[in-house]
Amino acid sequence: MLTTDEVKKIAVLARISLSPEEVEKFRSELSTVLDYVEDLQQVNIEGVEEVSQVTGLVNVQREDISVEFADLQAITSQAPEMKDGYYKVKAIL
Amino acid sequence: MENAEYKPVIGLEVHIQLKTKSKMFGMAPNKLDMTEPNVNIDEVVTAQPGSLPVANKEAIRLAAKMGLALNCTIDEWSKFDRKHYFYPDLPKGYQISQLDQPIAKEGWLEITKSDGAVKKIAIQRAHLEEDAGKNIHPDGLPYSLVDYNRAGTPLLEIVTHPCIESAEEARKYLEELQRIARYVGASDADMEKGSMRCEPSISVRLPGEVGLPPYKCEVKNINSFKFVEQAIKYEIERQTEMRKEGLVPKQVTMGWNEKLNQTVEQRSKEEANDYRYLPEPDLPPLQFTSEYIEELRGELPELPAAKRKRFREEYGLPDADIENLINWKELTYYFENVVSELDAWILSAPAELSGKTDKRGKLIKSVANWCLQDFSAMLNVEHKNPDESLVTPENLAELVKLIDDGKISSSAAKQVFRAMYERGGDPSEIVGDLGLEQVSDEGAIASVIDVVIANNEKAVTDYKAGLEKSFGFLVGQAMKELKGKGNPNLVNELLRNKLK
Amino acid sequence: MKFEHLELSELREKLDKKEITSVQLTEYFLARIEKLNPELNAFVTICRDEALSQARVADDYINSPGENPPLCGIPFSAKDLFCTVGVRTTASSKILDQYIPPYDSTVIVKLKEQKAVLVGKTNLDQFAHGSSTETSYYGPTKNPWDTSRIPGGSSGGSAASVAAGMVPFALGTETGGSIRQPSSLCGVSGWKPTYGRVSRFGVIAMASSLDSPGAHGKSVKDLVSLANIMSGVDLKDSTTGDRISDFRLQIADLKGVRVGVPKQYFVDGMQEEVRERVIEATKELERLGAELVEVDLPHTKYGSLVYAIVAPAEIASNLSRYDGIRYGYVTSEAKNLLEVYEKSRSEGFGDEAKRRIMTGTYVLSAGYYDAYYKRAQKVRRFIINEFAEVFKKVDVLVAPSSPNVAVTLGKAADDPLFGYIADQLNIPSSLAGLPALSVPCGFARPQDGVTPSVDGLPVGLQIIGPQWGEQKIFDVGLAYQSATDWHKKHPTEISNS
Repeated sequence: MLTTDEVKKIAVLARISLSPEEVEKFRSELSTVLDYVEDLQQVNIEGVEEVSQVTGLVNVQREDISVEFADLQAITSQAPEMKDGYYKVKAIL
Repeated sequence: MENAEYKPVIGLEVHIQLKTKSKMFGMAPNKLDMTEPNVNIDEVVTAQPGSLPVANKEAIRLAAKMGLALNCTIDEWSKFDRKHYFYPDLPKGYQISQLDQPIAKEGWLEITKSDGAVKKIAIQRAHLEEDAGKNIHPDGLPYSLVDYNRAGTPLLEIVTHPCIESAEEARKYLEELQRIARYVGASDADMEKGSMRCEPSISVRLPGEVGLPPYKCEVKNINSFKFVEQAIKYEIERQTEMRKEGLVPKQVTMGWNEKLNQTVEQRSKEEANDYRYLPEPDLPPLQFTSEYIEELRGELPELPAAKRKRFREEYGLPDADIENLINWKELTYYFENVVSELDAWILSAPAELSGKTDKRGKLIKSVANWCLQDFSAMLNVEHKNPDESLVTPENLAELVKLIDDGKISSSAAKQVFRAMYERGGDPSEIVGDLGLEQVSDEGAIASVIDVVIANNEKAVTDYKAGLEKSFGFLVGQAMKELKGKGNPNLVNELLRNKLK
Repeated sequence: MKFEHLELSELREKLDKKEITSVQLTEYFLARIEKLNPELNAFVTICRDEALSQARVADDYINSPGENPPLCGIPFSAKDLFCTVGVRTTASSKILDQYIPPYDSTVIVKLKEQKAVLVGKTNLDQFAHGSSTETSYYGPTKNPWDTSRIPGGSSGGSAASVAAGMVPFALGTETGGSIRQPSSLCGVSGWKPTYGRVSRFGVIAMASSLDSPGAHGKSVKDLVSLANIMSGVDLKDSTTGDRISDFRLQIADLKGVRVGVPKQYFVDGMQEEVRERVIEATKELERLGAELVEVDLPHTKYGSLVYAIVAPAEIASNLSRYDGIRYGYVTSEAKNLLEVYEKSRSEGFGDEAKRRIMTGTYVLSAGYYDAYYKRAQKVRRFIINEFAEVFKKVDVLVAPSSPNVAVTLGKAADDPLFGYIADQLNIPSSLAGLPALSVPCGFARPQDGVTPSVDGLPVGLQIIGPQWGEQKIFDVGLAYQSATDWHKKHPTEISNS
């Protein structure tokens, strides 16, 4: 079982604020998931290389060509707040 | 020197922005110096939902070339990883970087210190990543502004081993790294403009301490070589004082404050960094074949270290001149073109000329002077490279020859050069057009000198009485009569003879 | 005339012969959507105006001389993960409730080039996190066969929209069962492509190493036609493979085709009638000439465990971009920047997304990476290798798409393992990036007794092929549907009383 502090630490890393009830809820649910995957520890993985790609592709690269985006307004109009062409956020300390 | 036992341990992390047309993982333009915010952006730069990265071939090529230029090993396999942290200038909430399989590993770069000692600075790795945007903090206002123009620019991070022992070594390393980046054509590597950025990590080792000190301080916000040097010196002093008192400095990130001329502790993070690296599933691995590596190696230009050595051997110029030439890759090409013009002339010249060994050296020195002084100054004003100017190497060689032959005086040569720079053309013709030919006719000069001697009895008397200054006065009078075109050597020689 | 259950080739013929215009066809399907959606909730967004204007363009094209592209003028729906320029794309989440993409996903671009007509965006489990479509911010989609039941998920809205005859075909995506399982539960045909066959560009990411955009349709024949249009290398998705994608539609018998039946796919706890229907389907394949071969895939049991680590890790990473700065929901409660992040994400993401973000963050955090993520990715290698070995012996594998028929609404909620269990028969092949079909193969009575009036709910047979082996699964699927008519069964119309 995870500790309350562990859950809180993960929540901070993930930038998700949790109420005390949610901390408890996730503590139990995360523990369920971690118990569920416990059997993986039994598999002998010695000398096995981990997967990060299944396609077998290598060296997929594009030519260095630049394209200006046609409708910048369609991008910036999605922002909750802009100021003078900048994205506006609460002060970065 | 009691301080000598407290040894600084310095490692440098340098980021250089690679000179590509488009971003590292998307097709938005990679242009710096934009006046408007958020214009070099697209769905990839702003991490719109569903957007995906595709690696820029040219960025990878430049990174691998830099690796080779820094004597690194390029492994067959390399891959990208996601490095997670939340910050407004980081659109995806992770930076695509490289964790355990960087493009280049274990290289070195050689520096020559001011005392002449040569040292190899060991490079641990060089890896590719993407730049973040820029946060702007308007003074006194409760908000910040974010501009993503810079976000996604290809960056090469070059990390040294902690083997640097002084601020001077750090500076020499950075200068040489900058030259290499420019020679390779990978980057403008300009600290003031941010296309080269340096974060030194500094600690101070106690006398007798084995291994690395149990802490290090990283310094950020440094935007010139001068400040790197100052910040490192400041930190060494600060930390040495602390260690002498038996204290261990806190492992913190410092910022360089150029107004206070000191490092200032930055707000310490609330949590330890936990970047949760993840192999980037959106990008297949990179494979470097030996053929590709050899192709890149073949494309590398002569690098500063090799050029420096060769210039010393071939041209016998003073070290300072060589350094100044080497700092400007295009100027070295130009310089050598002028020299080869002169060499052709020397070879075809009468035997007694080509036999004079010091002749070539003298001409080469003169070419170097022109390149480094008048020519550089004029080019710098216009932000031009030598090959963009109207002065062809052939023309400059000709000018140097005219001076050497005594056809024009050095002050006239300056006028001729300016004309060559401004409108181009053969210096001999310009000399003719401007009427600047030097008088080297002994008869003509002798008759002028006779007149000067006759008209300046007092000076002649003074000179004969041992007042050397009067000789200068008489030369001046003669030159005035000759309208400045007299060959100064000849004037001197004839005047001395007449006054004997 | 009724159009709701016609196949693409039939619609093509009617459009080409000018028996109907695209505008009329579009109006027809829009009317059905408007009638049925209040009950089924299959659509998050209906784009009536855009659809009609696309239909007019298609009609102009059809009226001009020359051949028409196969999908020209034909309406379709897209799971609300496919970015559509100018049309709201929500991932069925609060955090993207107002999001209007500035660009089209590659698949949408390809369909627009065909002049197909997008009539709406379909409901899904929020960010595709789920197997029931119940975690949607916009409420659950109902199964057209029994509206007290789930349609499956996460592509539940897409599968339901095809099953209910609201569209001829629908775009879906699968990460670990999200096309096969809802296709099975809704009684439609579904294609989960080889990973890398269809571009992910512009499809809101769930787990990047698994996501496969695909489709739901009336028949395998329709899916083959769609595969020919949707497949191919995309310069904007580095994981798309350079493979030929010119698939045959011809129906051949199955002589010489070796069909593997993995014993591990007939699991404890699966519904007996589901097992029976699937066994019957294998017998049908045998009648068509195929040779049935029992095969062993002992690592199957680890699939869901690997997935329970790998998927949340990639999900946590992919959801980092939702920070309330460039787009999406932003909290109004923040006092400082940290709170902007924490509250926007806490208020904007649903429980399931948060659960997966938390799990993913944990397994990637310092000290746990090797024990969880790295280990899982190593076990994944065994699963991949095991499939590769088995495909040396057989051409395709067949198994149930889901161990049971649709369960009633509410069963999935608050069971953190529901999806991992519901999708245990789909996950291993997803982890290996393999292609698969789900085809209807009969009906089974629900065992929960909740709605005794329903005498049968659809059962799906999945046909799994080797990597890039789409043609093999298409051949088997086409042959099967030429001999059976389960794919021609449709739910009784919901009355609008």
